[in-house]
Formats: sequence, structure tokens, C-alpha cells
Amino acid sequence: MPALHDYLIVAAILFAIGAVGVLTRRNAIVIFMSIELMLNAVNLTFVAFSRYLGNIDGQIFVLFVMTVAACEAAVGLALMIAFYKNRESIDVEKMNLLKW
Amino acid sequence: MPEAIFFYSVAAVAIISAILVISCKNPINSALSLVMAFFCLAVFYVMLNAPFLAVVQVMIYAGAIMVLIIFVIMLLNIQVETGKRSTHGIIIGGVIGLVILCETGYLISTGAISAGRGLMDQALITKVGHTELIGKALFGDFLLPFEITSLLLLAAVIGAVVLARKKA
Repeated sequence: MPALHDYLIVAAILFAIGAVGVLTRRNAIVIFMSIELMLNAVNLTFVAFSRYLGNIDGQIFVLFVMTVAACEAAVGLALMIAFYKNRESIDVEKMNLLKW
Repeated sequence: MPEAIFFYSVAAVAIISAILVISCKNPINSALSLVMAFFCLAVFYVMLNAPFLAVVQVMIYAGAIMVLIIFVIMLLNIQVETGKRSTHGIIIGGVIGLVILCETGYLISTGAISAGRGLMDQALITKVGHTELIGKALFGDFLLPFEITSLLLLAAVIGAVVLARKKA
């Protein structure tokens, strides 16, 4: 069966791809999806460690991460709708009211 | 050996769909690739003896959260293609991603795991059941965080309603 390192490397690659997505895209919804991808990579790490250490606490933590991701989806998408009403766009470069 | 081949093919699908998430121009295509990545992660959870988490992954992520995201994409009906960032932004983003990858790879290859081993193994999961183990931990040791989660969800629901309503 695959070793712990294999799962960790897959999770690291997924996390790095998510980070690149957050940094290089301008569409707010795609950035949001990249954040979900990063959260999932962390979840995979948690479950892999939990399995290989024989400790269930990591899997409980995954459930909490999923809860936070669901809350984040609700609030984040509401924010995007509010922003779209104001600017007719969800381009993050147009969110510049607090920029200097 | 078949298990290793299966693992690497699922990992390849997960990574390719993750790359598609950040490279597709149309957000709908990104969302569908993300669903594919979530399913691959659910397969990983099954391989890691966590079937309950696999089901929760498919139901909550691939079901609820992705439906919400696709609903918003279709609701906003984004006609104007938001362009890419400027070239130096893409380069800096790629460099930062590469640095993250190198750091984690270095830590994974050189670090040692030092943690207490628990009692959960395949025999126990087969005998008791994964859902029961999760439930006993969640409503035993983790009862207080579980209750606080309900407050978080309440705050998120109220916040979403307040943010998305029409201006009074």
C-alpha cells in the first residue's frame, strides 16, 4: 500500500497549485475555488497522518475544516454577490477602495 | 502492486484536474475540474480507511459547496472575461508556488514523525466501524468544539443573509 510520504507529496503538490491559483488569477470565484483546493490538500494531510499514526483526532479536525469551508463558502459568495452589485464585475483588481 | 498503480493514477487525475482548476478560462470548467479533484480526494480517503470522511467529502464539498459556487457563477452570468494578471504577477505567483513546493518537499523528505501512536488500526475500524469511531470521538472528547461549530454556522448564515440582501 502507498506510504505516508506519497500522500504527503500529493497533498503538497495540490497545495502549491492552489497557492499559484490564488496568486495568479483575477476572477474572485476562481480564487475562491483555489482556496477550497488548498483546504482539501490540508485535509488529505490530516487524514494520512491520522491513518498512519492510528489516531482519530486528525479526522475529527477534518470535519471542523469542512465546517469552516462551508461557512466560508456562504459568506464569501454573499460578499461576491454584493461586490458584483456595486461594480458589475468580480475582478479582484477592481477591489481597490482600500488600496493606496 | 495493483494498489500502487491505482494510487498513482488517482494522484495523476487529482493533480491534472487541480491544474485545470487554475488554468481554465471559463469558471464553470474550473468548477467541474474542482469536483473531479474532490472525487479523487474521496478515493484517497477510502484508501486511507476513512470511508465516512469520503462520503462527507462527496456530500458536502462535491455536493453542497460546489452547487453553491456554480449557482453563483450562473447567477452573476459573467460575460466579460476577466483577464489574466500582468506578466510579472504570474511570474511572482509561480515562483512563490515553487518555493512552497520545494519547502514542503524538503520537510517531507528530511523530517521525522514524532507523535504518539494511537489505537486505531484496520482491525478496529472493521470491527467497530469508522462512523461509530468518529461519532464517539466527536461527541466525547470534542463535544465543546462541536457545539462551538454550531455558533460559527449561525454567524455564517446571518452574515450571508445580511451581506446579500437588497439595500434598505
